[in-house]
Amino acid sequence: MLESPGSVPGSMRQRGGKGKVRKRLTLVLGVLALAALAAACAPNATQDAMNPQGPYARESYDLIVPVFWVAAAIFVLVEGVLLFVVFRYRRRKGRAAEVPPQIHGNNRLEIAWTILPALILAGVAVPTVTTIFDLAEEPTGQVLEVNVLGHQWWWEFDYPNEGIITANELHIPTGEPVYLTLCSVGLGYGQQPTPNDCQPGPPEGQAPAAVGDGVIHSFWVPELAGTQDVVPGRTNTLTLQADHPGRYSGQCKEFCGLSHAYMKFVVVAHTPADYAAWVANQQADAVTPQAGSLAATGMDVFLNGQCIACHAIQGLEDANGNPLQANGGPSLTHFASRECFAGCIFHSADPKQLAAWLENPPAMKAGSWMPDYGLSQEQIQALVAYLQSLT
Amino acid sequence: MATVSVPTEGRSRGLLRRPTATTGFWSWITTVDHKKIGILYGVTAFLFFIVGGTEALLIRLQLAQPDQNILSPSIYNEVFTMHGITMVFLVVMPLSAAFINYLVPLMIGARDVAFPRLNAFSYWVFLLGGVFIYSSWLLGGAPNGGWFGYATNAVLDPTRGMTFYAIGLLIAGIASTVSAVNLAVTILNMRAPGMTLFRMPVFVWMSLVVQLLLAFSLPIITVALFELLFDRRFGTHFFDPVAGGDPVLWQHLFWLFGHPEVYILILPAMGIVSEILPVFARKPLFGYQFVVFSGIAIGFIGFGVWVHHMYAVGLGPIANTAFGISTMIIAIPTGVKIFNWLGTLWKGDLTFPTPMLFAVGFVAMFVIGGLSGVTHSVVPSDYQQTDTYYIVAHFHYVLVGGAIFGLFAGLYYWWPKVFGRMLNDTIGKVNFWLMLVGFNLTFGPMHILGLQGMPRRIQSYPAELGLAFWNLVSTIGAFMIALAVLVFIANVLVTQRKPKQMEADPWDARTLEWTTSSPPPEYNFEELPVVSSLDEAWHRKYAETEDGRVVPVPAGGSGTEVEHDGGHGDGIHMPSPSYFPVVASVGILLLGYGVIFSWWLAAAGAVVLLFGLYGWALEPSSE
Repeated sequence: MLESPGSVPGSMRQRGGKGKVRKRLTLVLGVLALAALAAACAPNATQDAMNPQGPYARESYDLIVPVFWVAAAIFVLVEGVLLFVVFRYRRRKGRAAEVPPQIHGNNRLEIAWTILPALILAGVAVPTVTTIFDLAEEPTGQVLEVNVLGHQWWWEFDYPNEGIITANELHIPTGEPVYLTLCSVGLGYGQQPTPNDCQPGPPEGQAPAAVGDGVIHSFWVPELAGTQDVVPGRTNTLTLQADHPGRYSGQCKEFCGLSHAYMKFVVVAHTPADYAAWVANQQADAVTPQAGSLAATGMDVFLNGQCIACHAIQGLEDANGNPLQANGGPSLTHFASRECFAGCIFHSADPKQLAAWLENPPAMKAGSWMPDYGLSQEQIQALVAYLQSLT
Repeated sequence: MATVSVPTEGRSRGLLRRPTATTGFWSWITTVDHKKIGILYGVTAFLFFIVGGTEALLIRLQLAQPDQNILSPSIYNEVFTMHGITMVFLVVMPLSAAFINYLVPLMIGARDVAFPRLNAFSYWVFLLGGVFIYSSWLLGGAPNGGWFGYATNAVLDPTRGMTFYAIGLLIAGIASTVSAVNLAVTILNMRAPGMTLFRMPVFVWMSLVVQLLLAFSLPIITVALFELLFDRRFGTHFFDPVAGGDPVLWQHLFWLFGHPEVYILILPAMGIVSEILPVFARKPLFGYQFVVFSGIAIGFIGFGVWVHHMYAVGLGPIANTAFGISTMIIAIPTGVKIFNWLGTLWKGDLTFPTPMLFAVGFVAMFVIGGLSGVTHSVVPSDYQQTDTYYIVAHFHYVLVGGAIFGLFAGLYYWWPKVFGRMLNDTIGKVNFWLMLVGFNLTFGPMHILGLQGMPRRIQSYPAELGLAFWNLVSTIGAFMIALAVLVFIANVLVTQRKPKQMEADPWDARTLEWTTSSPPPEYNFEELPVVSSLDEAWHRKYAETEDGRVVPVPAGGSGTEVEHDGGHGDGIHMPSPSYFPVVASVGILLLGYGVIFSWWLAAAGAVVLLFGLYGWALEPSSE
């Protein structure tokens, strides 16, 4: 008996085991067709511009759909005429080739098919322009403000009014506009680490770097808002809002170098009560591990190694008694409260992924600015335990 | 054919001995004949087409399934960048140049272009520019910042790739600028007696518009590329916000060139289709003047829409509104062209050999690309569509379904004129249908992928996004296109074995190039034609009776005799071949490498260039 191709899901494979070859073939084809249909509808697409989940994304959607139907009507009309002409006026077999009348044109028709499209476009232009200005307006009332910092290749979210800094996960309350201020920072190629800060230009008292601070990124979470580029030297804004609690996938949309494909993030929308709880947790200092535990060893590794050159953990101090400052790397204060890390491509809860990352970051993610520090397996295990304790 | 110009003196007066070969390798290196140069452009562009197509297949292989790593991110970035550069600058532009070079003098009844040696120089500079860019794979990494080369990424990238990009495109830009001036002068000044501007074939008109677009848009990209080169090589700060520069400056300059460039790529194909549809409908082009003026309008408005590439940059609602509306406006003349093509077919006597299939396919596919283009003018829609595969789908419908289909129509249509052999029509039809189906399978699904959340230029995508199915379909389609191209190559090889016997006018065509032999003699026309109407060749063959019927003019009636037995052409003064164009272009190539590797090499390049120009200046154009 033939075994079905691997593309058939396991449950189907067992059911089809007793049938005849032909029956199975029908089944396989049926399943493939269903799979095709399912994929076409893409129920899994969590980054879908055609599935708006908030008022700002809906503004774009409400233009995409009617414009699509206008375009579809014109498409059917023009291609229909083309097909009609091709069949109607083709030279039939057996009929003598006769030179048709030499028609050179028709001015009335020309004027008609110049003006008609212009009118249709004018009709499309009205809602287009009003929506452009609607979307550009700064939201009023109860608004959450967040600074978005695009790094190579991860996202930093800074809540200035709440005093929270997080990475790769933007947490928001439902039903409230979120007003984002976006800038590009981070290590330009080969630059020294500098503090994570939206202000363009060198820190006070330092000479300008040889080249610009960062590169252009683009912030896109299609289910909640349209695209906004994140441009070095320029401060852009974007408003988004979610209707319902949930996780909304987003990613960098403008080519930004080696790991452009791996600069993802997720917007987590909570009910207002859950959001308040999240804020309270994030505002707290990092958890101090129990003395003698593996996590405590990890904290020692963190404080005494290279980690603090780039990473900060709120509540910890360096050897001179100064609070830690993030220079190019994400804050790790509540690392374990985030589901993903490194541009949201690895799972924080997976100790294997975390250990592999600490062992050799550039091998896990091309171009990663965090180098391989040659940590021992013991150090790595201790760091993993410590990071996973930072809830 | 023997040399047509008899040397007036026994010895050359130039720095090098005048080349004398009329066949074989050296005849191609030193030729100044616009037809040979056209063939050189065509062959070179087709070879680059195979390379760029292979890069496309690599991209599609990498994206066929989620979470693949067939190409590493660094290689992937090089491959998609080189695919874009290759297809735009080394395939569609030179393939259009091949047609323009070969056909324009024939269509306007001239013996050659205005500056034949300059024409050869353009080709050699273009070729060496392409070689220069491709040599980067071996000399420290290919360009990897996208064909659009956005600062600051393009400035900061530590490999040599984007320096090769800047210099390579500057070199290619020299070729295009020189040939733009040459061809514009040719069209304006070299027309046969009676060939008024409004008796020129539409293809010639579109060629003229393209040359003017090139002449006005290339200086902009030249400025941008020099700034990029200086930022990378000499530490300037044009695009560095820390020192007061602005990365958005690059975007303005690039797209102010880049959008006219889109029309530079598509207008020649539109011209080709405007020639082919009337021939196989046996009717004149419907609304000739409207088609011409809409082409000119597209050329002008094309300079006023560039910000539609930049809606998400944050230029503000007023800028976005203005450019959204200008983008809507440019759709109108484009629509006029499509309606006129339909009008041309209406009530025609349609036959569908391969050139006609590709031309009708062009119209059908360009409609889709045009409509998806209009959706970009709806700015808030574009906030979602920008930088996704929706955009990739759109511009491939314009540049493959449009430009490439048009150019293939032209290849099948003019092949008998250029090579004296007819491409096999059955194989041609297989070629067309494979290409049409493969093309739609490849790029149709990308509309869906883009809206479902697939950004451009990503080396991989996770399975969770549900993008696997359409990506696989797209990859299958890409391999069908590759198969179609192989079928075309097979057709060329099969055709090459046929005897070289072609009548002057196998399609019963309408324009002057069909009144001379296939292939045409070096001097094009035995006697320069005297033109009395649009569609001159047609009017020499047919006349309209008083009741509007079209009847053939009796043979010999108005002098369409074109069959020559050779031995003619004596006394026609043609420019002589020359070494200096190729010498000068080698100098430019060395200068390019010199800027990257060593000032001594640059100095050597300058010496070679000066030697080439000096010898060129001293050499009489013919002797």
